[in-house]
Amino acid sequence: MERAAIIGTGMTKIESAKHTETFADMAWEAVNKALDDAGMTIDDVDNVVTTSNDFWDGRTISCMAVGDASGASHKNVSCVEGDGTFGAFYGLSRALSGSYGTTLVTAHSKGSESISSLITNASFDPIYDRWLGMDMISASAMQANAYMERTGTTSEQLAMVSVKNHGNAVKNPLSQLPMSISVEDVLGSEMISDPLHKLDCSPVSDACCAIIIANESRVPAYSGHPVWIKGAAFCSDAYFLGDRDISRAKALTEAAKKAFSMAGITNPSKEIQVAEIYDAFTYQELMWLEEMGLCESGTAGSMLEKGEFDIEGRLPVNPSGGLLGGHPVIAAGLIRIVEIVKQLRKEAGEYQVDAKRGLAHGVNGLCGQSHCVWVLDSEG
Amino acid sequence: MGKNRVAIVGTGQTFHKSHRPDVNGQELINEAVQAALKDADMKINDIDAVVIGNMDHFEGINYVDCWSVDGSGGVMRPIIKLTTGGTTGSTLAIGGYHLVGSGLFDKVLVIGWEKNSESDTTGAITPAFAPVWDRLVFAGAISGLAVEAQSYMAKYGATDKDGARVSVRDRKHACNNPHAQLRKEVSIEEVLESPVLADPIHLLDVCPRTDGACAVIMASEKYAEKIARTPDWIWGTANRHKYSYLGDVNWGELDSMAEAAGEMFEKCGIKEPRKEINVIEMYQPYSFAGIIWIEDMGIVERGKGAEYIWSGATDMGGELPINPSGGVIACNPIGATGLIRCAEAAMQVMGRAGDHQVPDVNHAVSTGFGGCMWTDILLHGKQKPQI
Repeated sequence: MERAAIIGTGMTKIESAKHTETFADMAWEAVNKALDDAGMTIDDVDNVVTTSNDFWDGRTISCMAVGDASGASHKNVSCVEGDGTFGAFYGLSRALSGSYGTTLVTAHSKGSESISSLITNASFDPIYDRWLGMDMISASAMQANAYMERTGTTSEQLAMVSVKNHGNAVKNPLSQLPMSISVEDVLGSEMISDPLHKLDCSPVSDACCAIIIANESRVPAYSGHPVWIKGAAFCSDAYFLGDRDISRAKALTEAAKKAFSMAGITNPSKEIQVAEIYDAFTYQELMWLEEMGLCESGTAGSMLEKGEFDIEGRLPVNPSGGLLGGHPVIAAGLIRIVEIVKQLRKEAGEYQVDAKRGLAHGVNGLCGQSHCVWVLDSEG
Repeated sequence: MGKNRVAIVGTGQTFHKSHRPDVNGQELINEAVQAALKDADMKINDIDAVVIGNMDHFEGINYVDCWSVDGSGGVMRPIIKLTTGGTTGSTLAIGGYHLVGSGLFDKVLVIGWEKNSESDTTGAITPAFAPVWDRLVFAGAISGLAVEAQSYMAKYGATDKDGARVSVRDRKHACNNPHAQLRKEVSIEEVLESPVLADPIHLLDVCPRTDGACAVIMASEKYAEKIARTPDWIWGTANRHKYSYLGDVNWGELDSMAEAAGEMFEKCGIKEPRKEINVIEMYQPYSFAGIIWIEDMGIVERGKGAEYIWSGATDMGGELPINPSGGVIACNPIGATGLIRCAEAAMQVMGRAGDHQVPDVNHAVSTGFGGCMWTDILLHGKQKPQI
């Protein structure tokens, strides 16, 4: 891969409901913050990729709502539907194809205006599965059970993910759910879908996030502090849950392997120093860590118990508070990238870790069908 | 211009109909994918990545990239969804171009599809517009197009007979395309006598709604000539999705076409598009666009579109044939429609358009239209582009 860097980032605060802001208002805020961060004006942006989802937005052609606010009126522009990490991947390809030197990538959603259960139910097969009433939470509960059964991971270990990430969120002024809680609080919270308690689940959130990717040739032109893209890859597994071993995430293993190979990483568990991963539910943080090769299969729970994934630990995971601290669908993966950029630029404030190389991760589909993995580095 | 050359090496389309109850969505997609793989003499395992798109609310399926994999071949492969409304198909083509041009993938399968029979098309389009300002005024696609036609007629004196001439052309061309949905010639009188949907647009002035899919395989220079004897080289792409609100549109002129075509021709070194381009596959969802948008594209002067159409220059055998396939008026599976334009342009360059082949095509143009009067455009060529 040719060299490219992220030279600017911006995001709104993650909130449960931004009643006074439209999609365009959120995009305007995130885009202007990213431009300021990069030391650019909108005229320095060669092209724009927005990321949105028609179901979540309740709008056909959901990208239409943010095009002008993202400064795209007189520019080449496109829209990815899926997690923000996928939008960023397409934005990266447009900065590498020689057509454009800089790409502005945005991702937004307002969970507050949506009924998440109905929207995720619409991802199930319309003939066989949808009428069973399946949604993201019930499917994820099945996956949690399958993962716990295979690895022996316990509900207490799941709860510790919630304690850690909500605790980390206390240090992140942009997070939605800063909470100092105990394992007992998590296990005592309402059972949503066995084995997932309310505090095992990420919240419904509103936010927009923006990043600016530049081809190497354009990086020196701006004052933004570059963080270099060393590897990026995505991969999808089968669709029907019955066609997969849902206690595993084969597609994640594949995507991570490719991203590590692009980055020249041979021993990811040693070489990755911070990770922001897609913890929509507590079990996912542990399962994704294992399946992407950052620890041995079945060991994430015990490593968590030893504090290895804490901010001061050997491999800090979701120091920002992760999705448990705030989960604006679509934007969530792009926020993971932004959080790694902050860490590598030493701008993470109270949740700063000591790292030169980090990993960001996003998910599309049910039970992690499709994954996108990014490896970022503070050095070129 | 890209750093890496990108070419189309194979195309495939379903047989398009108003209703395909014989297949589900994944099977419809698979039909196009198999046809494209066969056309390129490739196997699915040769494909590095898949780009897919449609419009969600036409089928009511969320996360289509994930749902489609049994038909698209996306299992244990990178698959990404792009969607921009009517421009989805051309957006996908531009997406394939960048994914290959970036060097991140060598062989990319691009898929556009729609099963319009599964929804109320107007009902699904209407919520595209801002809920407070536009949605209550503009319903679906036809109302906005009627405003455009009326504005143009008021400015330049065109008549509904001029529009009908475009419909007559496209519907005649469609008779030579086995994949077109509507293959029946009509007369000017028949168009004008068909029911008025939104003045000045008659039923026979507009596109149908269609079930169908299209797949296009793009390859890097390293592989393109090994796969296809005559690859279709993509010279350049451009687009403008200028407006978010219909109230902002400069009605009667398609600003997005003027800006995008101007940018693309300039960066590709095309100085006289009318002379240098041999065929256009235009996403022209209704007849009046066939007059207006060729002016914005720079083919003829402002106000001269109708005269050019009546001269026969855009008919098969004319100076610059437009829509040899029959175009969108004959066939419109929305998420596939823009990609079909790209595939048809590629077929013309590759010399594989069969009964609707235009002789000696060196350069072809394909376009996409949708959203809030948005345009995508691609320039295709038989020779390799300069880089």
